Amino acid sequence: MTTAELTKKDTFLAALSPLQFNEDSYFEGLRNNAKNELAELDFPTSKTEYWKYTRLGKIVNNTYTLGQPDKIDITNFLIPNLEAHVLVVINGYYSPELSNFTEIDGVTLTSLSAAKKQGFEGLKKHFNQFTQDKKEIFLALNNAFHTDGIYLEVAKNNNVEKPYHILNITTGNNTISQSRNLFIGNVGSQVKIIESFINVGGEKNFNNHVSEFFVAENTHLEYNKIQDKKENNFSIATEQVYQEANSNFTINTATFNGALVRNNLNIEVDASNCETNLNGLYLGKNKDHIDNHTVVDHKKPHCNSNEVYRGVLDDESTGVFNGKVFVRQDAQITNAFQQNNNILLSDNATANSKPELEIYADDVKCSHGSTTGQIDEEAIFYLQSRGISKKGALKLMINAFAKDALERISIETLHEYIDAKIEEELS
Amino acid sequence: MIKINNLHASIDGKEILKGINLEVKAGEVHAIMGPNGSGKSTLSSVLAGREEFEVTEGSVEFDGKDLLDLSPEDRAREGLFLAFQYPVEIPGVSNINFLKTAINEKRAYLNQEPVSAKEFLGMVKEKSALVELDSKLANRSVNEGFSGGEKKRNEIFQMAMLSPKLSILDETDSGLDIDALRIVANGVNKLKSPNNATIVITHYQRLLDYIVPDFVHVLYNGKIVKSGGKELAIELEEKGYDWIKSENVEL
Ligand SMILES: Nc1ncnc2c1ncn2[C@@H]1O[C@H](COP(=O)(O)OP(=O)(O)O)[C@@H](O)[C@H]1O
Ligand SMILES: [Mg+2]
Repeated sequence: MTTAELTKKDTFLAALSPLQFNEDSYFEGLRNNAKNELAELDFPTSKTEYWKYTRLGKIVNNTYTLGQPDKIDITNFLIPNLEAHVLVVINGYYSPELSNFTEIDGVTLTSLSAAKKQGFEGLKKHFNQFTQDKKEIFLALNNAFHTDGIYLEVAKNNNVEKPYHILNITTGNNTISQSRNLFIGNVGSQVKIIESFINVGGEKNFNNHVSEFFVAENTHLEYNKIQDKKENNFSIATEQVYQEANSNFTINTATFNGALVRNNLNIEVDASNCETNLNGLYLGKNKDHIDNHTVVDHKKPHCNSNEVYRGVLDDESTGVFNGKVFVRQDAQITNAFQQNNNILLSDNATANSKPELEIYADDVKCSHGSTTGQIDEEAIFYLQSRGISKKGALKLMINAFAKDALERISIETLHEYIDAKIEEELS
Repeated sequence: MIKINNLHASIDGKEILKGINLEVKAGEVHAIMGPNGSGKSTLSSVLAGREEFEVTEGSVEFDGKDLLDLSPEDRAREGLFLAFQYPVEIPGVSNINFLKTAINEKRAYLNQEPVSAKEFLGMVKEKSALVELDSKLANRSVNEGFSGGEKKRNEIFQMAMLSPKLSILDETDSGLDIDALRIVANGVNKLKSPNNATIVITHYQRLLDYIVPDFVHVLYNGKIVKSGGKELAIELEEKGYDWIKSENVEL
């Protein structure tokens, strides 16, 4: 029975075991805890509720080689006209040569490995805080075997205008990369981050990524995630977010391609007066499988959350959405809005949508909804009757549907870039 | 301009149009009247190219071309325009954006240069003034959240932007108050020329005080049962549709 699966896990762990980390005993201890946790965990099966609609065979049956630092030309992956600090992580290793940023007062920016060596206070306080003992094998794998990533800490009351653009790249074939970021916005700070997940060249590369966010009191943090992995590549990304009072956290996730993409977004709103925006767009083609699992946990009163995820699914692609919103007993006067809409462009495309609300408080305003359907034929005919071709009419309507999901991106040039990508992908 | 000859059309095997004959020449205004359910909207849908309806017999010649052979978009590009009885709301697609696309697709079809930004904006300004359409509406999503009257004015605004040869107005007057009716009629009249033609479908004689028809036809049970001059509309108003119904009991 489970012997076969144990073997898969063993194979996985064997591939990762040569990794050496020369870290101090504190960080070594964290890794060891995760390794102990791993001994108890196994890859999900079809019976695991959390992974019910996403089969992991492609990921777990593959044999990987460890990612190595690499050097490539990144010019194609930069966002036109965007003024940003550029940080490059390749196969889980930070690349100082390819990165291009200026040091600014009030911002601590290093690779995660360098941050560990310097033992920053913020790092010790927040690193691994939100990811321990979650009983999730991919999270535990990253906890135990992550290589490197970005450490970004904004000091109290600093408003950082210029965004940070992280290029998180995998190269080669059958490469496993486990990147890891920690973002800290201290009290009253403001920062915008973009992270592009890209694959260059080969296939069957697997990126198991984790980002942690600590959003302190009165902080505004915007994270824009672009997943654009052509060919046959796999990614699992987990974001753990912790919000303090009066803070504002926005995440926009645009997934353009990916043979197997799974996003686990977990937001803990642990103080009052917070605003949380989580929006996503996914465009599936061929046999793409794109899965977004989100959790917003409202623990304290007077908070708002807005969630809109939209999918356009063509060919034999599959979109999965599972959005959970908890409103705990203390979280009175919560406004939680959640919506998932899918358009199927082919008879063989599938959408699995499950919005879930769990409310334990009584004075709340919550709504959720989910729609899956074809394009409105009446509207297509209306546009045609004005002289627009059927194809053009489809394009106008899908563009409108798709663009709507990412309205909250506040960086103008990024908006243009994504709109252009939507047009390109849909044409 | 258009020659409809013995047109039969059905949906789900049910015959709705049972042999329509109608010719409209350039410069003319024709009114089609008739009780609810007689097939007026079906006729306009079939002419505009809605695929749900199957043409089982007959032919339609539009400006020398076989209209029924053209796709809906090509009919529009050839100069046919339908003002919908129930204009469709299209969330997220901007009125202006889609009209620009429509105009340029038509121009490409006619081997003409695309419209310049300046020329286009000038047109929008002029034509929205024609139907007193708030310029804010022109920038909103197509018909989304528009009142009934705004939707109808938006139809005439689009008609003005596309300058069609033949316009079919399907109950554009229904639900309009007298001021809105005057605005819409005024817009239609200003767009009239010796080179284009209009088919006005209406239920009420009221509209025909403003848009004066050269011919009036009564459509009943899928057929044109009576034709005449504008005085036929007045007679209809006086006698009511029961008059038509009783005369055509055998249908
Ligand atoms: N999509 C449809 N499916 C089935 N029957 C229809 C459809 N559209 C119209 N009809 C029928 O065709 C007849 C004519 O309708 P319509 O053309 O809308 O009439 P009018 O515009 O004159 O009121 C009615 O009996 C109506 O029920
Ligand atoms: Mg009708």
